[in-house]
Formats: sequence, C-alpha cells, structure tokens
Amino acid sequence: MNLDFTDAENAFRAEVRAFVRDKLPDTIRDKVASGLHLTRDEHLQWQRLLFERGGWSGPGWPKAFGGPGWSPVEQYIFEEECALGGAPRLIPFGMKMVAPVIMAFGNRRQQERFLPKILSAEEWWCQGYSEPGAGSDLASLRTRAVKRDDKYVVNGQKTWNTLGQYADWIFCLVRTDPEAKAQRGISFLLIDMKSPGITVRPIITLDGAHEVNEIWFEDVKVPVENRVGEENKGWTCAKFLLGHERSNIAGIGIAKRELARAKRIAAAETKRGRPLIEDPLFAARLAEIEIDLMALEITNLRVLSAEAENKAPGPEASILKIKGTELQQAISELILQAVGPYALPFGKTAPGPAHAANRAAQYLNLRKLSIYGGSNEIQKNIVAQMILEL
Amino acid sequence: MDFSFTEEQLLLEDTVRRFVAKDYAFEKRRAIRASADGWSRDAWQALADLGLLALNVPEEHGGLGAGPVDTMLVMNALGPGLLLEPYLASAVVGTALLRECPPQAGLLEQMAAGERIVVLAHDEPEARGNPGYVATLCRIEGTDFLLDGRKCVVAHAAAADALIVSARLEDELVLFLVPRDAPGLTLDAYPTLDGTRAAEVHLAGVRLPASALLPAGADALERALDIGLAALCAEAVGIMQATLDATVDYLRTRQQFGQPIGRFQALQHRAADMLLHYEQAKSMSTLAAMRCTSQDAALRRRALSAAKVAIGRAARFIGQQAVQLHGGMGMSDEFIVSHWFKRLTAIEIEFGDSDTHLQYFIEASAFS
Ligand SMILES: Cc1cc2nc3c(=O)[nH]c(=O)nc-3n(C[C@H](O)[C@H](O)[C@H](O)COP(=O)(O)OP(=O)(O)OC[C@H]3O[C@@H](n4cnc5c(N)ncnc54)[C@H](O)[C@@H]3O)c2cc1C
Repeated sequence: MNLDFTDAENAFRAEVRAFVRDKLPDTIRDKVASGLHLTRDEHLQWQRLLFERGGWSGPGWPKAFGGPGWSPVEQYIFEEECALGGAPRLIPFGMKMVAPVIMAFGNRRQQERFLPKILSAEEWWCQGYSEPGAGSDLASLRTRAVKRDDKYVVNGQKTWNTLGQYADWIFCLVRTDPEAKAQRGISFLLIDMKSPGITVRPIITLDGAHEVNEIWFEDVKVPVENRVGEENKGWTCAKFLLGHERSNIAGIGIAKRELARAKRIAAAETKRGRPLIEDPLFAARLAEIEIDLMALEITNLRVLSAEAENKAPGPEASILKIKGTELQQAISELILQAVGPYALPFGKTAPGPAHAANRAAQYLNLRKLSIYGGSNEIQKNIVAQMILEL
Repeated sequence: MDFSFTEEQLLLEDTVRRFVAKDYAFEKRRAIRASADGWSRDAWQALADLGLLALNVPEEHGGLGAGPVDTMLVMNALGPGLLLEPYLASAVVGTALLRECPPQAGLLEQMAAGERIVVLAHDEPEARGNPGYVATLCRIEGTDFLLDGRKCVVAHAAAADALIVSARLEDELVLFLVPRDAPGLTLDAYPTLDGTRAAEVHLAGVRLPASALLPAGADALERALDIGLAALCAEAVGIMQATLDATVDYLRTRQQFGQPIGRFQALQHRAADMLLHYEQAKSMSTLAAMRCTSQDAALRRRALSAAKVAIGRAARFIGQQAVQLHGGMGMSDEFIVSHWFKRLTAIEIEFGDSDTHLQYFIEASAFS
C-alpha cells in the first residue's frame, strides 16, 4: 500500500505544470479565472498548443492514433495540472467522445478521415443525442434516418446540444429501424454541420449564456459511409461512450482550483472587520467540502489503479460523476456565499471587487452538472442496479 | 391560537393573485425586463390603483394602515410574478420607515398614490455581518449637513425619487431623505441576478438642509428592516409554493421510460422533501410576520433571524431541486422555473445571508 505517486509520475507532473505555466496564453487564463466563456478560437488555440506538444490534446489517445499513450494515472495528472494551471476544460465531444468510438468501431477510412483533425483541433465536434422527448430515456429517440441508395435521409430534432454553433461535425444517434424495440433500431451517424437542411437555434440558459442549441434536421442527406458500426447497432457505440471517461469525470483538478479560489475570496472578504475565512461558520463549511474533496481524490485514484490493472471498467464512473459534480456545485455555492452582496450584480458592468464578477452566473450555470452526462438520479440508479444489484 | 385570515385579507390576496395572472404574466415581465429602465411605471400605477401601495401607509396619511399579516398575504401572492418594480423596497421598507417619522407633508400620500418612490440606501461594502455598520460620514456646516460615502447594491435606486440614506454623525446613526437628483449624489446602476435593477450610490459632499434629517435613528431603521425581512420571507414562500406546484405538475406530465417521471420513487421523495421545506418555511414566515412589529427587540431578533435562516435553506433546496427535476428545461431562460430559482437565490443573499442571521440568532439566544 502506497498513496504516493512514483518519481516518474512526479516528473511528468512537473513537465505538464511547466508547459501550462509557459504556454497557456494569458488571455485564456484570465478568462477562465474570471469564469467567462471562451470563444471558439480560444478553445481551439489551446487545443492546438497541446497538439503541437506531442498529441497532448488527446490525453486518452493511444500512440497508434497520434496520442501520447498515457496511463490512466498520467491522464489524471495531466488533467489536474491543466485545471490547476488555469487552463480551460478540453471540449470533450471530439477528443473524448466520438474519437474513442471511431477508434473502437470505425473502419480504417473513418479513422483516417476523422481522427487526425480531431487531434489537431482542425474540426470541432458536437453531440446530438438528446431530443425533446428523449433525455434520460435516450433510447426512445425519434430522429429518423431512412436509407436511400448510398445516403441516409435524416429528419428530426435534437436539443440541449452544447456549442453546436461552433461545430463542423455532429455525431448523432438516429433511428434506422422504427419497428425494432427501443435500443435495437438505432444507428450512430457522423453528420457534416454544413449539410443542407440543418438549422441550429440557440437556447439561452438561466445564466444568460448561449451554450446550448436546438438542432433541426430536414431531409439532411448523410453518406452511408458516415455510419459508425453496423446499422441498428448504434446503441453499442453509445453505451461504450457513456462508460468511457474515468480520469477526469470527477473534475478533481477543477474542484481544487475552485476551492483555492473560495479560500482566496474568503481571505479577502471581511465579516465584522475580520477575514471571512476566520468566521467559524464559514470555516466549518469550507472544511467539510475540503474533506469531501480529499476523499474523492483517493476514491478516484483507487478507481484508476483498478483500471490500470486491467480490471474491466465498471459502474464506478457513476460514483465519480455523482460526487464530483456535487462537489463542484457545493464549491460554487460556497463561493457565492463568500462573495456576499456583490454576488447580486449581474453582467458586464458589475461593480464590486474583481473576484465577485460572474460568480453568480457560474453558480447558476453549474446546476447543469447534475443534469447532463446522465443525470445524478440516473447515475444513482446505475449504482443501485449495477453495483448493489438491487 | 388562530391561523385563519379575515374575509378582507383573503379578498386582498385573491386580488393580487389575479393581478399577477392577468397583468404580470411571464411574457409581460420579459418585455419589462428588456426595457431601458427595467421596470414599468404602468405596472406601478396598477399596483397603486389596487390600493397595494397604500397598504402600509397609515390611515391619517391616506393609506389603509394594514399590518404585517396583510403584507404577508400580498407578498405571497406577488412572489410568483417576480415583480421588477420596487414593491418591497418602497411600498414596504421605505413606507415602514417613513411612517415612523413623516418628513414632509404629503410624501406618504404621494407614495400611496404611486406618485413617489422612496427606497432605503443603507448597506455598505464593509458592513457584512454588522447590523448597525455605517461608514458614510455626516458633517455639519452651518445649518446644512454634508454626506460623504458609498452605499452598495441599493435595490431600485435608479427608480426612486428619493433615497433614505443612513450616515454617521459622530457616534450616532442618522437618516436623511435625499432627492435622487441631489448634487453630489451619483448612481452606478446595473441589473442583478434576478433581473431587477440596483445601483452603487456614491455620495460626494451631498449638501442637505436640516429639514432632510429624519427624526428616526438606528432603532427605527432596524424595525423597518425587520418588517422588510418578514415581507421578503413571505415573498420567498409565495415563490416556493409556485415552484413546488410547477415541479409537481412537471413530474405528472413529463414522460420518460414510458411513464410519468413522477412514478419514480426517488423523485417522489425529492418532491416530498421539497414540500417539507416549504411547510417549514411557511411556518417561519408566519412567525416572522407576527413578530416583526414586536417591541421586544430580542424576541423579534430571534424570530426574524430564525425565519431568514429557515427560509434561506428551504429556498435553496426547493430552487435547486426544481431545476434538477425539470432536467434541461430547468436550465432554460424560456421557462419561469429558472427565474424563480434565481429570485430565490437572490433572496438568500439579501437582508443578510443565512450565516449572518445564524450568528444573530445565536447572539440573541445567549446560548452558553
Ligand atoms: C447545459 C446542458 C448541456 C447539454 N449538452 C448536451 C449535448 O451536448 N448533447 C446532448 O445530446 N445532450 C446534452 N444535454 C442533455 C442532457 O444529457 C439531458 O438534459 C439529460 O440527459 C436529462 O434529460 P432531460 O433534460 O430530458 O430530463 P429528463 O430525462 O426529463 O429528466 C427530468 C428529471 O427526471 C429524472 N429522472 C428521469 N428518469 C429517471 C429515473 N428513471 N429515475 C429517477 N429519476 C429520473 C432526471 O434525473 C431529472 O431530474 C445537455 C443538457 C444540459 C442541461
């Protein structure tokens, strides 16, 4: 039993830390620190810098596809250092979602066509799973794809699509066999966002941001060669993707960074003439959260080391997802509390100390964490059914 | 013991509910929010026409001289409408303070008629956790008073015709009625997280005649703030009720996995917890209304601070869970649920946050 990282892992950590410190553009670091949304170009700029470093833009990618071939623990260290260094979270849809599916289920031509441009951040991907009637119950999706010669004709509506306004490509689950029972008649399609018949409409969220969209498909023609895996077997790809992410789903690095922010704010704010951080009520809340974070960090590492020993990845991702998102939400609440009345001003011209700006928007926005990616209720169902076998 | 309301009170509540449903629907509010001022003078006049602005004005000043229970019912009913007008700020707090010390003939009458808006500008950037903290300085020059300082996050300051400004004159807290266009007074206005407007109020050598000094001090201020706090609690209860109702409706209608999601026991229990929070909050709001005018300051402090803590907790739970149980819909600006959630979030921060009142409660209880 040993809870320490190896020398090699520590050296790797130092290397990542130095890279983020030296190469992350200040404009991006400042925006992340202020809780602002990055532009498309800013996201891509950072991904390209990572790409040029030796495929670091795809932390989970094997060497065979141009990735760094890191172990789960190295991936974890990488993500943690990126977050601590103030880097933006990598947009997962290309790098972490569609790419592993294409690697596992795509054919050679698809791998050669799509993977390099994902890694080099030349093409932006978005995810088209959810529909108005199919959220948690994803398998009830109704977007139809009818095969005509060498094309599918796609009709339907996707929703809650993240950053589709920036995307070059969308990966979609579509129904190819309406007769088959739920999961069986679904296929996995890669669709060019420039295809005629696609309409992207913004959905403004409660924080005032344009982060999600509705996407309408009207007779959109998709070459059959853009189907990944067999027809009507798309659910296999979808399931594979859902359980894939382990190394960063808990967001330990982000939680540490944000907890440090909470402490800085609480040290700068005063209550009754003394630093807020010395207020016993506040300090107790802070401590409880920090203790939760300590526990989750070790839980995450336990899961990763089991994975490194090649034990098949199980439903542990659900544990990490639930606790990680609860923690990030709790920290955003704590920050809101630390900021005090200056959390109320909202928008570009807000007065008050710099550390107060955007904190309420951030708190509101992060409510999404327990809703998307399989809601926390659905994750608890998985824990109950798959782990506890209830 | 009697928890019932009079006929008139029930009628009043019903009137307000109908006003919100008919004249302050969500779409109407959205248009008002997007307007330059961010509030509607027409809506304000409609409130005046219904007699709601006269509610807290004493009868001898042309008002209805109603009490905190009436205010509670009105706030319950106004809450779900998410008014962008300064009802709480002017018609409750401003009025409660001014009726202790009617300054100029006719002011309260004008407020009751909707012709004048007066809000309190008391809070300051360094005041956190200190009930009586005021750094804004008052100096005397001949027969004039001069004010210098800064008031922070003053709700509806830009909508007001006059501000009640607290200041320190040597060791005493003093209150002035300051016209919003007084030379030396500048506003830095902005929207807040719940869609209302507030401002930083900068006072740089604001010169006031002796007549601007209100014959009221720290005690009157605390009483008015407690009346406001009770009204704020009632507003929260109204919003929580609407939020809970909407969520339960959604659980009944939203289908996933071939059934209404309300069939899932996990969600039934969550909704049940929301209800428990709501009932506790409603009890505390009732207590706050009954105690907010008590002359026993310690009793009042305990009741009001306890209410703020309980309501803050309930508001957070109900708001967050309403969003959660609506799934993606809960995150959308298109639906009122997220707006209720935001107002509940703001309420937890306003009038002293939960920890601040927990502290007051501990001190007023003299544990140990
Ligand atoms: C900000 C944001 C970004 C998103 N980005 C994307 C994206 O890029 N691509 C994409 O495809 N989707 C995206 N989504 C959609 C997301 O995956 C769905 O919102 C999520 O799956 C929940 O579906 P729903 O919103 O329809 O809620 P519903 O499924 O209707 O759920 C409503 C409530 O019921 C609960 N519930 C449902 N079923 C059960 C059950 N069996 N037991 C207990 N509780 C249950 C849920 O947990 C939730 O609390 C995004 C969502 C958000 C909010």
